[in-house]
Amino acid sequence: MPSETKAAETYVQKPKTLAELRAAIASGSTKATELADRYYDRIEAVNSRLNVYLSLTKERALAQAAKVDALAAKGDPLPPLAGIPVGIKDVLVMKGAPATAGSKILEGYRPPYDATAVAKLEAAGAVLLGKLNCDEFAMGSSTENSAYGPVRNPVDTERVPGGSSGGSAAAVAANLAVATLGSDTGGSIRQPASFCGVVGVLPTYGRVSRYGLIAFASSLDRVGPFAANVRDAATMLGVIAGHDPKDATSSSAPAPDYAAESDKPAEGLCIGVPSEYFAEGLDAEVRAAIEKGIAALKAAGCTVKPVSLPHTKYAVPTYYLIATAEASANLARFDGVRYGYRSPSSETLSAMYSHSRDEGFGAEVKRRILLGTYALSAGYYDAYYLKAQQVRRLLAEEFLRAFAEVDAIVTPTAPMPAFKLGEKTGDPLAMYLADIYTVTASLAGICGVTVPCGATKAGLPVGMQVLAAHLNEGTAFRVARAVEAMGL
Amino acid sequence: MTAKVTVEDVERVAELAHLELKPEEIPRMLHDLNAILDYVAELNELDTAGVAPLAQVSELETAGSASVLRADLPLPSLDRAAVMPQAPETDQVFFKVPKVIVR
Repeated sequence: MPSETKAAETYVQKPKTLAELRAAIASGSTKATELADRYYDRIEAVNSRLNVYLSLTKERALAQAAKVDALAAKGDPLPPLAGIPVGIKDVLVMKGAPATAGSKILEGYRPPYDATAVAKLEAAGAVLLGKLNCDEFAMGSSTENSAYGPVRNPVDTERVPGGSSGGSAAAVAANLAVATLGSDTGGSIRQPASFCGVVGVLPTYGRVSRYGLIAFASSLDRVGPFAANVRDAATMLGVIAGHDPKDATSSSAPAPDYAAESDKPAEGLCIGVPSEYFAEGLDAEVRAAIEKGIAALKAAGCTVKPVSLPHTKYAVPTYYLIATAEASANLARFDGVRYGYRSPSSETLSAMYSHSRDEGFGAEVKRRILLGTYALSAGYYDAYYLKAQQVRRLLAEEFLRAFAEVDAIVTPTAPMPAFKLGEKTGDPLAMYLADIYTVTASLAGICGVTVPCGATKAGLPVGMQVLAAHLNEGTAFRVARAVEAMGL
Repeated sequence: MTAKVTVEDVERVAELAHLELKPEEIPRMLHDLNAILDYVAELNELDTAGVAPLAQVSELETAGSASVLRADLPLPSLDRAAVMPQAPETDQVFFKVPKVIVR
């Protein structure tokens, strides 16, 4: 039967590598200012369709690009990201630029400082193009919870880009930035990387400073990069990693040269495959793609062996209790007093709080605040929040036992490829299950990388999740690099 | 842990969270909260007696997170002149809010 619906458009375009761009900028054959202009032209041309950028920071970007050009003209050594166009998820603050967190409650807010990860990127020469769309307060798995409209997947515009960092993943997939920053609380970097066919990194908890990240669930929140290839993602992590006195949970362990780590062969590494991640509910085409990836790792000289993570099925309920409890506390700060939206006509302070929050927050944010408040309320705390924290320890210890036997663990990143816009918006629980393979690492604090690993027959990308023990990002990059090299 | 949430519970929790839900928002929230709580009740299958709660992964020895807190010294904070313009209502020194108690 002939269909009247227009075939889905695709906007996929692969950015040049950091090495290529750096060489061109250093030699003077490409000017950083011209490169920034080209990116702004492409954003102008396609953003109305994809809704990736919420705001642009053109003045700041072009001033930074001019500085890079001046350095290059003098023949001075260039910093690692000199002139590289980068986008920032709109949950990380940039001084003077809008910071909405995808919420109406922060409309018009212009923070007076830079997030540490943002400042580090700029100190490394990056040209920060603008702020990227995301689910409201990073709560969602499809970017459909943004108060500013959904992001469309550049691979197929009828589908979601994943979430919550959907804008960050889509920007790299559509070459609207060479690399981007996102945040990952339960899968918000890894899952959209999988849906859009790009590389996404979950650094170890504490590896990248959370200073200037608008908080969702503080014991789980991480800042991490997206890029079009593993080595560039590793370079990005090398720039933003490191101790920050402004984040009390920041790790003081020195950050290695992740790009150099990613260059080491994966040969000889022992890879664990947990059967719990290949059980009921996994899409058959995703399974087939990941099994090809595992075969590729064997061909690259890795040893592959089964590992058991029997508490995996308890991770989603554990995650949603802990994350919502922390969110209910963190989001108490949005009260219409110090910044953001205030409901215009309230008689009393108490009514002003309630009206501002009711009018400013979207449905999913309210749902999670209510669930979290319920789980923390008198009479329920032990049964829900405490119970979840106990199971969190079981999940973390289970990973530590597995990593005593293997160097890395590989799994599908998500149980399905990118789904259609609107497909899961009516059922929050179905949406939560899109995070089933990612929340475990979030709870355990370990690191991971999502790397493209083939596609479905319809051409939808499949991502492999490579997990490694705390602070072992280098190992995850080596494994991801081997999968990438097979060109699946 | 299989408690059924009632309309009164939703209203009570909303009040605790300073969320004034519109009447038409309540049935959906009631339905969703019950569905989610039914689902998380799976955790009851696990015997966690004697398992210490894990609030922060920094507690794990291998996690490499900060184990030393910074010195407790007074340091300059953000400048008031940079902060106050973001407030919905301010005299540039204080945040202004509606009456706390209406007589």
